[in-house]
Amino acid sequence: MADSLKPTPLLEQHQQLNARMMGFGGWNMPVQYEGITVEHQNVRQKVGMFDISHMGKFLLQGDNLRQKLQPLVPSDLSQLEPGQAKYSVFLNEQAGIIDDLIFYFEGFTESGAETGKLIVNASTTAKDKAWLLEHVSAEAIGFEDVSDSLVLIAVQGPDAIATLQRFTPTDLTAIRNYRHQSGTILEQPAWFARTGYTGEDGFEVMVDPETGKKLWQTLLDAGVSPCGLGARDTLRLEAAMALYGQDINDTTTPYEAGLGWLVNVDQGEFIGQDILQKQKADGPPRKLVALEMQGRHIARHDYPVLVNDQEVGIVTSGSFSPTLGKAIALAYVPTAYAKSGTEVSVLIRKKSQQATVVKKPFYRRPKA
Amino acid sequence: MSFEYPENLKYMDSHEYVRLEGEVATVGISAFAIDQLGDIVFIELPEVGDELSQGDVMGNIESVKAVEDIYAPINGTVLECNTAIADAPEQLADDPYTNGWLLKIKVSEAAALDKAMTASEYQAKVEG
Repeated sequence: MADSLKPTPLLEQHQQLNARMMGFGGWNMPVQYEGITVEHQNVRQKVGMFDISHMGKFLLQGDNLRQKLQPLVPSDLSQLEPGQAKYSVFLNEQAGIIDDLIFYFEGFTESGAETGKLIVNASTTAKDKAWLLEHVSAEAIGFEDVSDSLVLIAVQGPDAIATLQRFTPTDLTAIRNYRHQSGTILEQPAWFARTGYTGEDGFEVMVDPETGKKLWQTLLDAGVSPCGLGARDTLRLEAAMALYGQDINDTTTPYEAGLGWLVNVDQGEFIGQDILQKQKADGPPRKLVALEMQGRHIARHDYPVLVNDQEVGIVTSGSFSPTLGKAIALAYVPTAYAKSGTEVSVLIRKKSQQATVVKKPFYRRPKA
Repeated sequence: MSFEYPENLKYMDSHEYVRLEGEVATVGISAFAIDQLGDIVFIELPEVGDELSQGDVMGNIESVKAVEDIYAPINGTVLECNTAIADAPEQLADDPYTNGWLLKIKVSEAAALDKAMTASEYQAKVEG
């Protein structure tokens, strides 16, 4: 199986660290190095890094780029300033989520064309590419897929910016949250985005493979903890960030998934708009909620959620939260049971285990 | 990475070990399996007095990553469960073979262990 998986440019680095590897989205990826809990705590308390080179990366350039992409997303792109990023989704006609993504608007070329980047999930890269090019021509948006040719390293945690700053002359503190900028690192071209998937502050850095290898080693030598997909999952779950294919998919709408904040339902026309307008008015039939388990049992993907012994919903993600010391989960339940404080149960190996609906996220980083 | 596999134990395909002393089998999980599971947060064990048949699911181990079944390695009756380790499963990795035992079974048919692996056979299987 491992033979058919794509290696990231940093595969040798992971092997040198004795990482445990697994297939993820068609890539051979590190799950853990030292251990999920240790890596998780390192990101919460100090700084960790993740090889996220598997993510889909598209470079875009064209006249009125934002306007051309606008019908594909429910968010308003016209208000984006150069250097600003926007989390959004591609929707199908039923307002189901084809993928979640970040659009990074860069600015204007000398001839006035707009440039930007799209970063999407690894497992959906081919699907996103097909969807995008079905609705806009590759020429019109200067589409270039650099998914396999560039390295992306996420550096996350309270010490992330101070650590990364030692290796770049680009003033990182001047790049605000959800902003991005090109610069250099280790004297090579780099692109810095103050975005991430852990609930911590930090940057995602895009570089060429050679620089990527050097940067990985440099950060390792600087004491940054290498972290795998295992810790990435527990961190993002504590931050109640949706995982595509698990918490959101082609049948879940943004309002159901708690992503209503990214929808601007009254902007121009976009795919899925009529369904979202209706759901905005009537409320969605079900909602993705946060559950805190009362015992130590872990509710996992696909376990049924019960109310009065009747199956009403389904767990989409679940794990043990190292920060809270409790088992936590995300689950879809009918809107009537979505209020925080509602008592439900989860069927775990034929026994029902009590859980409470709590406010999202489970973890929010302390304000600096 | 190489782990310790005491010679006086028998090992199952499903990674349980058995220490047979007279009629009593002490059962636990191999160091290799514990390492594979990663951060263990919860262990579910059978009740004292439960009748077990070889191959039955008799409990579970939850780790941050996944949940795995624990199988009865032998026919018999549960004599005792290690509640100390069930309450502090994170300590399992430190000492899987002595303080980290999971349960003691009064064996009704010891012949079932004939097919179990020796330490060297098990090590060769899991560590190649």
